[in-house]
Amino acid sequence: MDNSNQISSPVIELKNVYKYYDDTAVLKNVSFTVGRGETKIILGGSGSGKSTILKIIVGLEKVDEGEVWVEGENITSYAEAPLMKIRKQIGMVFQEGALFDSLSVGDNVGYRLYEQGILNDDELLKIIKQTLGFVDMEDALEKMPSELSGGMRRRTAIARALVGTPDIMLYDEPTAGLDPITAGTIVELIIKLRDVEQVSSIFVTHRLNDAYRLARERLIQKDGQLTYEIKSPDNNRINTRFIMLKSGEIIFEGTDDSLKQNRDSYIQKFFS
Amino acid sequence: MDIVGVGSLSIAGLTAFFTGAVLALQTSNTLASFGAVGYTGQLVSVSLVRELGPVLTAVVIAGRVGSGITSELGSMLISDQINAMRALGTDPIKKLVAPRIIAGTTMVPILTVVSDLIGIMGGFFVASFFLGISPSLYLTSAYDRLNYNDLVQGLAKPPIFGFLIAAVGCYFGLNTTGGTEGVGRATTQSVVTAMILIFISNFFITRILLTIL
Repeated sequence: MDNSNQISSPVIELKNVYKYYDDTAVLKNVSFTVGRGETKIILGGSGSGKSTILKIIVGLEKVDEGEVWVEGENITSYAEAPLMKIRKQIGMVFQEGALFDSLSVGDNVGYRLYEQGILNDDELLKIIKQTLGFVDMEDALEKMPSELSGGMRRRTAIARALVGTPDIMLYDEPTAGLDPITAGTIVELIIKLRDVEQVSSIFVTHRLNDAYRLARERLIQKDGQLTYEIKSPDNNRINTRFIMLKSGEIIFEGTDDSLKQNRDSYIQKFFS
Repeated sequence: MDIVGVGSLSIAGLTAFFTGAVLALQTSNTLASFGAVGYTGQLVSVSLVRELGPVLTAVVIAGRVGSGITSELGSMLISDQINAMRALGTDPIKKLVAPRIIAGTTMVPILTVVSDLIGIMGGFFVASFFLGISPSLYLTSAYDRLNYNDLVQGLAKPPIFGFLIAAVGCYFGLNTTGGTEGVGRATTQSVVTAMILIFISNFFITRILLTIL
């Protein structure tokens, strides 16, 4: 369960990345790495370039300068065809879920495997049910996205991203617009993926409470049961670090404690 | 194919029926002044098969299906469903564009043939019940006077129109910007562009066919 010593070669690395929309720079000299089993939380206000970073990593956007490395491959100038191979290793949860409106929950979740066409219907259904079970959505198999609440949509989106057991998960504001209780269940799910499945991830948010919960809680095996445990001075080994973006630039990178102690006025506004 | 073809049958058929009917009504007066009212069937069938059937069907499909394609793809784009599709390893061109172009290119010709027949029946209805033209005379005139050139012209245009409608619909859908308002704008642009392209291409196709046939 303790994954603090699992950081080896980075699974994701951005080197001096610049991205422009028209003539406006949305990312300026962005560099960071995500180690294996590590979770990076990217904080920042609206329009600070958080979502753009995720889209660049999954190859939906191209950088104008710099390099992007995923699983040891320089994908900076990859065309769509080689990117498809990289995308198989990445699960992405979009803002609002981005579920396919015309497909049922089950079809949404099984979409990636269905398109690959390597499993028969029974095998596919088994995996879909297992994955829906992981996000506690087994009963919604036949439902359409329009019948789901906001929280259920996000959980379905997480389930869809999980199918195919990706090594990397990218979460684009998965708790935005949700009530604190529902947001809490989403964060617990992400902790579960980090600590049980050892998935490397990037969690983009502007909600400090969710980010801190992710950085301060871990899931441990206690008396044969999985239990959420809050970080203490004796247990300071949760493999999650923060990045703060401001107008496309990284102004902070470090732990939750060092973030809180940082005197930068922009960072302090997040705590006020 | 079901949405493009079967779904559009009623509106395309209705348009063709009343177009055939009004053609018969309008032309019979002029033909009567030359004592040629018996040619009403021929005029209706040739007009429909060569020009009105393909163009009107295409315009109706552009309004009904082209707009649907643009608004659907545009909505998918602004709600990140297209990006989700790419992130899940699917090429949206193969998944979304290719089937729509195939459906447009194959179903518009089929709908045009059905519309032509329904339009001729519309003329038949008016000729028989309002103009007092013998049903057999109308049908004989409508059928016998259709020649190879008419059929080639009538069947060469619809696949091109179908391709244009689907391609334009997909293009504007996948290039939608500006949220839900942008979807509305893209839909309007898509329909207008498709109609303009139908009319312009109709002229050039007709010109080429008249030269080579």
